[in-house]
Amino acid sequence: MEPAPVYLDSASSEPLHPAARSAFEAALGTVYADARRLHGPARNARLVLDNARAVVAECVGVRPDEVTFTPSGTHAVHLGLLGLLAGRRRGEGRAIVHSAVEHSAVLHAAAWSQAPTASVPVDATGRIDPRAVAEAALGVDGGAGVLAVQTANHEVGTVQPVADVAGAVPAAPLFTDACASLGRFPLPAGWSAAAGSAHKWGGPAGVGVLLVRKGARWRNPFPGDDRVDERTIGFENVPAALAAAAALQAVAAEAEETNRRQHALVARVRAAAGALPDTEVVGAPEERLPHLVTFSCLYLDGEALVTELDRHGFGVASGSACTASTLEPSHVLAAMGALTHGNVRVSLTRETTAEQVDAFCRLLPEVVGRLRREGGTP
Amino acid sequence: MSAGATVPHLVLDCRGLACPMPVVELGRRIGDVPVGGVVAVEADDVAARVDVPAWCRMRAQEYLGEQAAADGVPSYRVRRVS
Repeated sequence: MEPAPVYLDSASSEPLHPAARSAFEAALGTVYADARRLHGPARNARLVLDNARAVVAECVGVRPDEVTFTPSGTHAVHLGLLGLLAGRRRGEGRAIVHSAVEHSAVLHAAAWSQAPTASVPVDATGRIDPRAVAEAALGVDGGAGVLAVQTANHEVGTVQPVADVAGAVPAAPLFTDACASLGRFPLPAGWSAAAGSAHKWGGPAGVGVLLVRKGARWRNPFPGDDRVDERTIGFENVPAALAAAAALQAVAAEAEETNRRQHALVARVRAAAGALPDTEVVGAPEERLPHLVTFSCLYLDGEALVTELDRHGFGVASGSACTASTLEPSHVLAAMGALTHGNVRVSLTRETTAEQVDAFCRLLPEVVGRLRREGGTP
Repeated sequence: MSAGATVPHLVLDCRGLACPMPVVELGRRIGDVPVGGVVAVEADDVAARVDVPAWCRMRAQEYLGEQAAADGVPSYRVRRVS
């Protein structure tokens, strides 16, 4: 019998946590009213929404009134970054200074804003140097308005020195995209706004979290709405927000143990990939997200590699141009100077076992060797 | 890193080839030039801009930089050092 397929793409989306499912199912039939109204069902919806907010606040270590549920992680990124920019006063800096390896949601928002931008290069491990941010902030047209530095990179796992960046450029508020790390690591210090995405930690898709520090100058960059929470837009999906909060609470409670296990399993994949000829494992080896690793195999086509691994029952992602909707290679790999073809990103779910990882590590040399032979590569 | 003064010993026309083929061609043909010789990889594939220098780093060859071919297509220059 064929073994069940092994999903190794949690960095794209983590499977729904059972705690999220039960919270969602419990709320779905009973929570439907508009939380702003004054009747019983509305009070119930408001209670559940406030409860979800309080749970998220406690898990990430902020005040409940600093938490906003948004229709997606992407939207939370847009609101966080552009809201800080909109909060700048006349005469203050108005440029966005961001790392070269930010998620495309940050880059798209920066381009859309029409503000001047500066992209700060990273080193070969994908890490940004706080001094380079300070330099860019000094030199950018329009003056530094907002800094954007992710907590950790979504493709290669490298953790960024967010607090040091904030310390190096005190004049501009910092937005941090925490989508890749929320539920795994505590938030760093120094940010004014942050964003998370529930389906990355085992909550449902369609729920993002925007965090805005009390006292931060944040203004809605989009048309407003009349909701319980003035920062969000549209009728809140309260059952989904509750499910997201329940999943976050569950994964945060186990984070230390999960991180230790995943970090060690990823180290096995790093070793197996690193032992392949003409293959480079990219990203910081230790100061990294626990659950993901990226490597590139010289002379191989990323699409062929992903397809072949899928045929053997392993679902992985790739940053190679041939696998992207844009047909451009990953801007993260390019910024690091890493090989972009033959690229594979492996990311473990909380359920991934040592046996599954070992089976993947055994398969890898066979698949890479065969594809290279068939391709007649040098 | 000046690529200006170098005359390539070998020009690889990789127009229309998608990644990883330009780098595969480079790997196949680098042995056709003597040590010290220069190969020009003319490629319109956008990944080549990152992958040719990455190949040089991984294979311990020298990346000289990018020029433009007569038709404007990027020409990536590599010196064989071993």
